[in-house]
Amino acid sequence: MSSIQIAAAPPGIEGQGFFATTFEKAVGLARANSIWPLPFATSCCGIEFMATMAANYDLARFGSERISFSPRQADLLMVTGTISKKMGPILRQVYLQMAEPRWVIAVGACASSGGIFDTYSVLQGIDKVIPVDVYVPGCPPRPEQIIDGITKIQELVKNEPLRRRNSAEYTALMASYGIE
Amino acid sequence: MENTITDFDHKNEYTKLNLGPTHPATHGIFQNILTMDGEIIVDAEQTCGYIHRAFEKIAEHRPFYQITPLTDRLNYCSSPINNMGWHMTVEKLLGVQTPKRVDYMRVIIMELARISDHLICNSVIGVDVGALTGFTYVFQWREKIYDIFEEICGARLTTNIGRIGGLERDFSPACIQKIREFLKEFPAILIEFTKLLERNRIFMDRTIGVGGISAERALNYGFTGPNLRATGVDYDVRAMNPYCSYNDFDFIIPVGINGDTYDRFMVRQQEMWESHKIITQALENLPEGKYFAEVPQFYLPPKEEVYNNMEALIWHFKIVMGEADVPLGEVYHSVEGGNGELGFYLVSDGGRAAYRLHFRRPSFIYYQAYTEMIKGSTLSDAIVTLSSMNVIAGELDA
Amino acid sequence: MSEVNNAFLLNELQEQFSANIVSVEEPYGMLTIEINKDINLELITFLNKHPQIQMQFLTDVCGIHHPELKGKELAVIYHLHSLVNNIRLRIKCHMPIDAPQINSITSIYSAANWQERETFDFFGIEFMGHPNLKRILNVDEMDYFPMRKEFPLEDPTRTDKNDNYFGR
Repeated sequence: MSSIQIAAAPPGIEGQGFFATTFEKAVGLARANSIWPLPFATSCCGIEFMATMAANYDLARFGSERISFSPRQADLLMVTGTISKKMGPILRQVYLQMAEPRWVIAVGACASSGGIFDTYSVLQGIDKVIPVDVYVPGCPPRPEQIIDGITKIQELVKNEPLRRRNSAEYTALMASYGIE
Repeated sequence: MENTITDFDHKNEYTKLNLGPTHPATHGIFQNILTMDGEIIVDAEQTCGYIHRAFEKIAEHRPFYQITPLTDRLNYCSSPINNMGWHMTVEKLLGVQTPKRVDYMRVIIMELARISDHLICNSVIGVDVGALTGFTYVFQWREKIYDIFEEICGARLTTNIGRIGGLERDFSPACIQKIREFLKEFPAILIEFTKLLERNRIFMDRTIGVGGISAERALNYGFTGPNLRATGVDYDVRAMNPYCSYNDFDFIIPVGINGDTYDRFMVRQQEMWESHKIITQALENLPEGKYFAEVPQFYLPPKEEVYNNMEALIWHFKIVMGEADVPLGEVYHSVEGGNGELGFYLVSDGGRAAYRLHFRRPSFIYYQAYTEMIKGSTLSDAIVTLSSMNVIAGELDA
Repeated sequence: MSEVNNAFLLNELQEQFSANIVSVEEPYGMLTIEINKDINLELITFLNKHPQIQMQFLTDVCGIHHPELKGKELAVIYHLHSLVNNIRLRIKCHMPIDAPQINSITSIYSAANWQERETFDFFGIEFMGHPNLKRILNVDEMDYFPMRKEFPLEDPTRTDKNDNYFGR
């Protein structure tokens, strides 16, 4: 008997030979279990991200088998590591290159807040340049924590309304970062 | 645009290719602006500083014991070596003599870190020539080393092991057990990994004669560590200026001949065997005694002591508030890090923080030779050369 | 051939450059000499080419700022290493902050290239004869030299931290 578990179906109406649910939930289910992450690995947290990908922790179990190194084909931007002021514009450019819908996870203290590097050269948290969905604390976070962050993202993805990215709030959020 | 098709001439035949700073093949954030003639690299220019975190400025504002977490984040593939290097630098400044047990424990920790550093570098060379298997395979063994570090200090990657004057706690029986298990099981894994790549036709074709540098140029460029030894120079800080009782151990310093990517790979492979040998010797001959030096004025006492013992509380307070009497002076101390000679130049003015602390970061110094090493080679070879040099972004930019 | 040790090294240097050696120390066993900054290239070339000393390895170049030493605020510190004799030497060259110029030693050691750029980036010390002297770690637009003592560690433009919570 296989130990593979199939993701539970969203609530809906079931009968003989049919299953009806909302389009939103079906899309959310599919998206949440096939997130393609873009590892924006800059420093120490990047090594822990590698550990998360590798055999022991195996991020592929959560539907993130395919690591996308191209921002064009990625759903989730994982910023793992310190972002300096020199790197800030590059991070922003990578974010802009990603297609909607896109999510961002700030892995580690540096990406979340600048961490121990309260200095002239370090950006004090990536939320200064791009919007962030989930913050993972730790310096560096353990792989379990990174996986926890990914599952939090999955929850967000699963429950996101289809029209969210067209809403006025979302446009206002983007505008607050100067993104058209 | 300046170069339109109409004014095309032979001078403008070169293409500029921007490699980085977020290129997946660079394993870190370095930017290389390559001038290409078709697939051949004519010239290259590196820019760095993309994760410059101002370590040296921070170090001027923090007491000595708070600098240990900074050193973790230099070469984060082998942070314990950096920790130990820093502790030994301060001990040299303060004139603290550590007991033999501390030295041996440190040697065990440092050599484990060296294995984990070399494992990641060599498996990433494999990834860059197309062999992902080795990477996922040896990463499990890095996890075993992480387990040992967790047993020693509680952290995996940025370990912050030790104190000035010793270690914060003794090896637990579980820890010794784990090290023994690792020593027993690791050779089979390393042999398996060696079999995968060492005589692999594809791997050899991709790495032999790629990214070579002569011994003279390497010395002139300030190469150290495996990259220098691959060119045939047997300079190893552990043997040349033995620190931490390294002269008690029997080990050889592997050297290469051509200084190319394959030699760098082989030197690292061999060094893992030597590290294994050193750990075995150190664990067998681990002396009895204290795990810290008797210098209460500098050694942070354990928390139980602080809560229950008046004297320990006073020392703890004095150290934390920066009241310890630090001598004036300047000291340079270097250790053999994962990438080469990791040096600490510390100038003390007697205050609670360093007046000036400069890190000699091996990656920063040898990465400048990259242009010379890849000129005339193809782009794919340049990628393999970069991963075999093991440039760590955190160490590069400090 | 006499053994190359600190005494021999100092003797050789005194013979050649006695007028330009400002002071000599030996902290923690490493010979440390302070020299007139104008002869740095000449002296290091001499050490490099010397048949016995053979200082062929440049370990480190770094800067330091002493605001209280008037007229010699900035200094460049070289760490040289003779791998043949396993002997190290530290050379200091002080200079005033309003004329921070010194000869580049990139013609002898390629390793000095980036290290001198880093020193320029941090302290604003200009290395004459350097092939490509520009900032290396910080952004090109930066208009100060962050490692000088008068500049703060933290970013003065930051807005997210309330100083009251940090006892400042």
